[in-house]
Amino acid sequence: MSTVPETKLKRLVVVDPDLCVGCMSCMFACSRRYADAGLGYTAIHVRSVGGVERGFSVIVCRACKDPSCAKVCPTKALLLRRGGGVILNPNLCIGCGNCRNACPFGAVQWNVYLNKPVICTYCGYCVDFCPYGVLALEEVDSG
Amino acid sequence: MSARALIDEALSKVLYVDLTRKTFWVKSRPELFARYLGGTGVATQLLKEELNPEVDPLSPENVVVLAVGVFTGVYPTASKVVAMFKSPLTGNLGESHAGGRAPVAMRMAGFGAIVIKGGSESPVYLSIHDGRVEFKDASALWGVRSSLTIGKVLREREPWPGLRSIMRIGRAGEMLVRYASVILETYRHFGRLGLGAVWGAKKLKAIVVGGKRDIPVADISGYRKVYKELFDEITKSPAMQKYHDLGTPVNVLPLNKIGGLPTRNLTSNVFEGAEEVSGEAFAEYSLARRVACAHCPVACIHIAVIRERYPHEKYFYTTRYIGYDYEPIYALGTMLGIKDREGLLRLIEEVDVVGLDAMSTGVALAWTTEAFKKGLISEKDTIVRPEWGDWKTYIEMVKYLVTQPNNFYKTLAMGVKKASEVYGGTEFALVFGGNEMPGYHTGPGAHIGYLIGLRHSHLDNAGYSIDQKYVGKEYPQPRKLIDELVEEEAWRQVLSSLVVCFFSRGVYKPSTVSRALEPLGLKMSEEELRKLGTEIYKEKLKLKLRLGYRLEDLKPPKRVFETPSPFGNISEDYVREALNYYKEKILNLLST
Repeated sequence: MSTVPETKLKRLVVVDPDLCVGCMSCMFACSRRYADAGLGYTAIHVRSVGGVERGFSVIVCRACKDPSCAKVCPTKALLLRRGGGVILNPNLCIGCGNCRNACPFGAVQWNVYLNKPVICTYCGYCVDFCPYGVLALEEVDSG
Repeated sequence: MSARALIDEALSKVLYVDLTRKTFWVKSRPELFARYLGGTGVATQLLKEELNPEVDPLSPENVVVLAVGVFTGVYPTASKVVAMFKSPLTGNLGESHAGGRAPVAMRMAGFGAIVIKGGSESPVYLSIHDGRVEFKDASALWGVRSSLTIGKVLREREPWPGLRSIMRIGRAGEMLVRYASVILETYRHFGRLGLGAVWGAKKLKAIVVGGKRDIPVADISGYRKVYKELFDEITKSPAMQKYHDLGTPVNVLPLNKIGGLPTRNLTSNVFEGAEEVSGEAFAEYSLARRVACAHCPVACIHIAVIRERYPHEKYFYTTRYIGYDYEPIYALGTMLGIKDREGLLRLIEEVDVVGLDAMSTGVALAWTTEAFKKGLISEKDTIVRPEWGDWKTYIEMVKYLVTQPNNFYKTLAMGVKKASEVYGGTEFALVFGGNEMPGYHTGPGAHIGYLIGLRHSHLDNAGYSIDQKYVGKEYPQPRKLIDELVEEEAWRQVLSSLVVCFFSRGVYKPSTVSRALEPLGLKMSEEELRKLGTEIYKEKLKLKLRLGYRLEDLKPPKRVFETPSPFGNISEDYVREALNYYKEKILNLLST
């Protein structure tokens, strides 16, 4: 895994969900970047808002400055990242699922194999596989 | 036997569902998937194993197979699922392909194929996830007017939003209209050959399938590399751009220009209203949103919006969304002489609401209109007076096809072939191998293609595309045409086994497929792939013959020869010679 250079911290943003066609290419990219084909390891979730004709919700980690997920982690497995968001320490994670339940956006996906959350690393691999410019990497204030 | 082995064992899992006893079991069939890759290749074998060729297609004994393949959930545009069954429309092999979320959802649920046997006494729907099948009572869903409502209801009740498919039938399937469809994700269909009626006969209202999992590959960096190449080629290719921009209706104007657009039951090959119902006009005036099948960056699905004011209430509007494609524009538009775009959208909507195949329905209404005008049938039969362009009346007729209030509609619900045998007018009954005609009158290739295609679909061998290639050039001799059609159909068996969408066939060339298989641990040369295509083609043909397919019955309707094509009038001698050579070629192929 590549690490985000300290000087240029980034986060993933949804530019405009109305541009999304629901092809799931970002989800497949995320899973592929991390592990394999399929969707088992994706940190992104795209679903229709109630029938595809009404468009899609594109759910990504927003890299909150004050993240709900970290607050409810009983083992401090989710460390605050400089500039927002969290970093998962899998050795401390007990798979309780509190983080998944706490995120009001539903942006903590779950890996059923490892029984641990899938936390976005803001690597931007998905951005290259979105043909419609729905996703982008944005620099964040590292303070 | 092949020495190939699958890395992802879950793909080889076949889920068997018995609707009679409400039981299910899973068998691992790695040899089948390693040999045939999935989709059409695997479905053919499973149907051969499970189906008694003698059964009534509308009895519980009919069998439905759904299958995905090694590329599903792995590569972009591998976005189709294959359904195979005995068709109640033709009495022969039924095969229909659909997109939507179903293919990815099935593989994510951990199954390569689903085999549905038996029939339920009362309506059920199946909920398939987490390795099990739940049989849920659907009595209250049975009889609901709109298939769209079924989607809405199940969406709230079932798990895996975003990662599931909701496949369901409408009233037409319940009422056993022999060209009833199965609708998925509202805008995609198993349209052709009457899968909806087979589900209706089994009292199967819907299947919801979903899940999320990992698909292991043999060589992850090789896989990422091939994926990127495919993705770039797909998203940058002009063909895919064309389907993304205007969608399949991009074909309306070019077909009209060359004189290959079937109009008013193919009494004409050009439509004066083509501009009004063109892809360009729909995009300009009606397009609301473009969406994609799961794992397809192209997004060819075009959804139109209609905004309608309630007549009794000022400032009350209904805003509704209707998917449109070339085929429904042809069948429900040009074939019925409808150029009122909004009227056409409402007719397409009604066909979706009741769950009918748009193509068969349009051809049935077109045949009825001509038979009515010729006096073969009267208002006593049709109840209303069909007239070209009168979409309001056609909407009424679609409803009658479902309710079947008299013998005429009961017969028409059995297909145009049956109706024309009973009422006359076989010479203008646009039926090929028992299936109603697709939207291309482009030349001999199209019509011969529908006839000899094993699904009697334009997509079997793309005769329409071969025709268009030769416009303005010297047309090939009958033998050469047949060779081209059969070669194309044999190769397409590989594509529909992987299973990739035929729209991306230009990207998935034999060399590319061979390269894409490698990171999955499957080594197959181009030559081996082509050989596999021919083998599946032969296996399917044999299954068709077992189901009573007769090569000597292959004859196009007379109308095809009467209306000029882009090459002038199609010669009966040409077609006869081509078909004779085809029979010879097939018999040779079967004996090898």
